Amino acid sequence: MTNVQDYLRESHMPHIWCPGCGNGIVMGNIIRAIDELGLDRDKTVIVSGIGCSSRAPGYMDFDTLHTAHGRALPFATGIKMANPDLHVIVISGDGDATAIGGNHFIHACRRNVDITLVVVNNCIYGMTSGQFSPMTPTGKFATTAVYGNIDRPFDLVNLAGGAGATYVARGSVYHAMQTKNYIKHAIEHKGFSVVECLSTCPTYYGRRNKIGDAVSMMERLRDDCTMLKPGVTEYDKPFVIGEFVNREAKEYTEAYDEVIMKAGGKK
Amino acid sequence: MNRIEINRKWCKGCGICAAFCPKKVLGLDEETEKATVVNQDECIACYMCELRCPDLAIKVIKEGDK
Repeated sequence: MTNVQDYLRESHMPHIWCPGCGNGIVMGNIIRAIDELGLDRDKTVIVSGIGCSSRAPGYMDFDTLHTAHGRALPFATGIKMANPDLHVIVISGDGDATAIGGNHFIHACRRNVDITLVVVNNCIYGMTSGQFSPMTPTGKFATTAVYGNIDRPFDLVNLAGGAGATYVARGSVYHAMQTKNYIKHAIEHKGFSVVECLSTCPTYYGRRNKIGDAVSMMERLRDDCTMLKPGVTEYDKPFVIGEFVNREAKEYTEAYDEVIMKAGGKK
Repeated sequence: MNRIEINRKWCKGCGICAAFCPKKVLGLDEETEKATVVNQDECIACYMCELRCPDLAIKVIKEGDK
């Protein structure tokens, strides 16, 4: 079993996330996935944008980059293009990835750059005190939706798959072991991979929606999730977890290498 | 015997480890409101507390491991 502590900047711990916040669970499982795959720490780059979940790279002892809101993927694309040998992992939240960074998200999927994106979906903007995001379910309450959210949320799995991502999975912080394995598969996958992690925000989402504390939110994930079954399209639970997309397509840096060769350059 | 180490400086006492331990090995200390081992002998080293700890404060050491 991975000793997670070996991969943390201990001088920055304990982290600032609230008691029961799922961000720490996701961060731990990204570290375990990296350790189990035996990735070279000096060839692994962690990139994030802005938000609660985007603070993770500050605690992770790798080469890390904390960038502008929604812009983690453009930075990550630049890193990968400059040095395709690096493993590039992006940690983002539902607001960061699908609102401010929504356009970057779909185009990263379309290009199929070999980057792994982990989206921590807590259904709310936690850092700025609980505004609704494009992934807040309809009818749920937020600081900016005091009568209930009238928007329909994105289905991140369908969005990523439709935009061209070649590996797409959904896990949850309750289903920690499966989610760690999805992150492992995503890192191993050649091409753009997305793992959505359903998460908990007991402070803003939990309180505002009267779900209760961290334990109640975890129980809800346990009870509201069901596993993806081949050939089944209708489910009796609101969230389906599993590996939805796993296909091959030309990877972007490889395609670009061909351009370099055609133009008479050397790799 | 399997052992559980809890880093009390990092634990924020959310109670997730205690609530979902299948063998009720963990509990919350009433005074400090932090995770504590209440039934070490029952631990089966399933690692679920370690995997689900948001504070990365739990380490399960399986018998025979270092």
